[in-house]
Amino acid sequence: MGKHVLLIEDEPNIIEAITYILHQDGWSVTSHSDGTSAVERVNSATPDLVILDVMLPGRSGFEILQELRGADGTKALPVLMLTAKGQSKDREAAEQFGASHYMTKPFSNAEMLDAVRALAS
Amino acid sequence: MLSFNILVLVATLYVSFLFGVAFMADRQTKRGHLGWLRSPLVYTLSLSIYSTAWTFYGAVGSAVRNGLEFMAIYLGPTLVFVGWWWFLRKLVRIGRTQRITSIADLLSSRYGKSAMLAVIVTLLAVVGSTPYIALQLQSVALSFSVFTTSFDVGGATPDISVTAFWLAAGLAVFTILFGTRNLDANEQHPGVVMAIAVEAIVKLIALLAVGVFVVWGVADGPSDILSRIETANINMESARGSRWITLMFLSAAAIICLPRMFQVTVVENSNESHLATASWAFPLYLFLMSLFVLPIAVMGLAELPAGSNPDLFVLTLPIAHNQEFLAMLVFLGGFSSATSMVIVAAIALSTMVSNHIVLPVWLYLRRENAELSGDVRVILMQSRRISIAAILALGYGYFRFTGGTSALASIGLIAFTGVAQVLPALLGGLFWRGATRRGAIAGLSAGFFLWVYTLFLPSFEGGWLMSIDVLTHGPFGIEMLKPRALFGMVDMDPLVHALVWSMGVNASLFLVVSLVTFPSPLERLQGVQFVNVFEHSSGQGPAASMSVATNDLLVMAQRIMGSQTASAMFRSAAHEQGKTTDTPDPTRDFVARLERELAGTVGAATAHAMVGQITGGSTLTVEDLIAVADETAQIMEHSVQLEAKSRELSQTARELQTVNEKLTELSIQKDGFLSQVSHELRTPMTSIRSFSEILREGEDLTQEQSKKYSSIIAEESIRLTRLLDEILDLSVLENGQVTLKREKGRLSGLIDRAISASSHVSGLELSIRRNLRAENVDLTTDLDRLTQVFINLVSNTRKYCDAPAPELRIKVTQRVGDIVLDFMDNGSGIAEKHREIVFEKFSRLSDASAAGSAGLGLAISREIMRNLGGSIEYLPGGTGATFRVIIPRA
Repeated sequence: MGKHVLLIEDEPNIIEAITYILHQDGWSVTSHSDGTSAVERVNSATPDLVILDVMLPGRSGFEILQELRGADGTKALPVLMLTAKGQSKDREAAEQFGASHYMTKPFSNAEMLDAVRALAS
Repeated sequence: MLSFNILVLVATLYVSFLFGVAFMADRQTKRGHLGWLRSPLVYTLSLSIYSTAWTFYGAVGSAVRNGLEFMAIYLGPTLVFVGWWWFLRKLVRIGRTQRITSIADLLSSRYGKSAMLAVIVTLLAVVGSTPYIALQLQSVALSFSVFTTSFDVGGATPDISVTAFWLAAGLAVFTILFGTRNLDANEQHPGVVMAIAVEAIVKLIALLAVGVFVVWGVADGPSDILSRIETANINMESARGSRWITLMFLSAAAIICLPRMFQVTVVENSNESHLATASWAFPLYLFLMSLFVLPIAVMGLAELPAGSNPDLFVLTLPIAHNQEFLAMLVFLGGFSSATSMVIVAAIALSTMVSNHIVLPVWLYLRRENAELSGDVRVILMQSRRISIAAILALGYGYFRFTGGTSALASIGLIAFTGVAQVLPALLGGLFWRGATRRGAIAGLSAGFFLWVYTLFLPSFEGGWLMSIDVLTHGPFGIEMLKPRALFGMVDMDPLVHALVWSMGVNASLFLVVSLVTFPSPLERLQGVQFVNVFEHSSGQGPAASMSVATNDLLVMAQRIMGSQTASAMFRSAAHEQGKTTDTPDPTRDFVARLERELAGTVGAATAHAMVGQITGGSTLTVEDLIAVADETAQIMEHSVQLEAKSRELSQTARELQTVNEKLTELSIQKDGFLSQVSHELRTPMTSIRSFSEILREGEDLTQEQSKKYSSIIAEESIRLTRLLDEILDLSVLENGQVTLKREKGRLSGLIDRAISASSHVSGLELSIRRNLRAENVDLTTDLDRLTQVFINLVSNTRKYCDAPAPELRIKVTQRVGDIVLDFMDNGSGIAEKHREIVFEKFSRLSDASAAGSAGLGLAISREIMRNLGGSIEYLPGGTGATFRVIIPRA
């Protein structure tokens, strides 16, 4: 418990919701809403788990994931992908680029919590 | 001593020898052993029929009477062969490619197969040649009588006309035998040509022998002769002036136009390249023939008693010196000159008479009877034979009628002038595509008439048709129309006078009438074929002879029908013929059947022409060519139609391809749009769902949190609703289903509304600069929709303008038909690569939260302006972002 989650997401309301849910469960949450500097943030924050949105300003979540998976330090980092597009090709892309788990918006809070717990353990 | 009987015996032996030569040559040709029979030398020697008895005997007479004038008769042909051999080559090429049988056929063929033209030329040729043939008969008969009177050794003195009769009969037999042996091939007579070549050698040797005898036997060598020539009473001044030029022109024209010359030069030509040899060898031959004319003339005047006929000096000089053998040789030389001319002339004339007069008349009389395919050949043969006999009979009749009074040379020149009338139409036909049938007929008829009137009839000196009275006082006493002084042209040489008038009128009429009339399609086609003959034909030799290889037919059939079909057809034909092999005989039935089969593929005319080319059984006529051209045109039309069809199809295919691409693109766009819509809907839904779950299960929530989360849910619900509204709005606008409420309003009021409506949008304080006077404009449009566009633009500035102190300037410009509004902010503007996509759906450039909308604003604005008949566009080059809205006044 008390592990650190980095939330990369640009919708303020969604950030607020996820942060609240994870806080309730005892996680520490930091958020980052820009795609361009996301990888640097991951490297500097060294989270136990990353929640990554696909549609980000500046850079796509898939690209960020690809770069994370290409680097030694973040190769095995658990990444939970969130997408609002809900198309099967997005799911395939997430799996191909090495997402640890994939969730479509809108999600239920319990579902999200289960996924985070499973990935972090 | 030579007796008349010996003379007859020698002549008979000589004739038998010629028969033998002709027979052998024919047989060799039939066996395919052409060899030296078709050599350029034989061709050149055959051209020597130009030198008839007229030049053989008459040149000396001419030299005595008119000095050097005789030279002109040799110079004309020399000039043609040396300087104009390319013209002769064209003539020969046309003759071969068009299968020309005579000069009448040539003109007729050139001018659209005109029967009238053929008849005119044939008549002209017959009228011009008959006196000439008579002249030959007369010269041989005369030479006979010279012998019998000089060596009068008992026996009956033969009547000169009896000699002429038997001569004419003998020549008729020879010509019929060798001139009508085969009609199959291309009207060539190798036997006759060979006999003529032999005769050419005989007459050259005879004349040279007399010359040598005169120079070294009678006189004391060349120097003696030269001094005698200088002192002799021979007119050396004649080699100049109009008459000299006239003679040269006439002889040059004659070598081309004389029917017999056309026969040997063109029809009997077996290879074009022979002309190259003839172009120097023939002038050389003429030179040798004329070499001793002056010496013989001078010595004849000196040695023979005054009053001797100078036309016979060649013969009488050796006789006077008792050179019997030489005299005999000369006699044979003269005999050769006369007979070769008569034979070829008879062949040429009979071809013309039978093809253009007898056969058409016969066909006309038999027109009821359609079944004539079988016996036409027999008829043609008979008509040819009868024509030969008739022509010789005519010559003999003329000889009897005139009684041999005129000087030999004058008859020759009269004939030359007559046939020269063909020249304008011939030259025009070969070099001028604009020459027409009417022009040719007009020129020829006029020339023909004037020649008869000014030269031919007057030559009888009142003896026939034209009385002395007409000659001296003109017809009906009209002096202007005196035949030898038309329109007061007195003091002119009759020959020059006749030539100037006949050729002048002939050529002028030909030119003028050709210019004012239009050629028929057939004439045009033939005109092109003739004038551009070298582009339409190859220099190859004539078509293969009758020995048809069935293999050739098979090869051709295979090319057209395909290998297997053709082979099967040949095989079945062979079996039907009862043959054990697969090769049928090329019987008439088989060839006809093959033609029918081929016609199915290439058309009847083409098939006929192709089979005809191989079998040689039928000549390629103009009608064949026309029919081929027609078929080709049809085929081309078909192919043009097919091409058009194919173009149409590929056009359709391209269109379908484009439509397909468009649909694919639309489909991709739709997928993209749906995906965008999904994203835009799911994002607020996510917040709503999360927070509503939190609120439902939230025991630990503070009052403050509950309130905040509830308001987020409300906010996101509104966002959702607005998004759905925008999507529906855009859909309606895009489909053109929108109903516009057109009202009158003031621009300033609309802008006021827009500014106040967008003031709720979060962001820095925006200062707006306006020019109210400029905005004081009334317009009639859907005011709400237009305001919606303004709201969008002002809101966008509020949301996206990145200046520290955002400022929006609204500039209004009035133009003739519309009003222009520029919305300019002081931000950094839109990057060039984004300017196109800002109007696309969901094209939000930066993050959505700031905007609070789905990025459909500009897309909707563009659709609104499109519906209002105006436009909205991004204006590059401004300080910040500048959007230009153009509104039509009404």
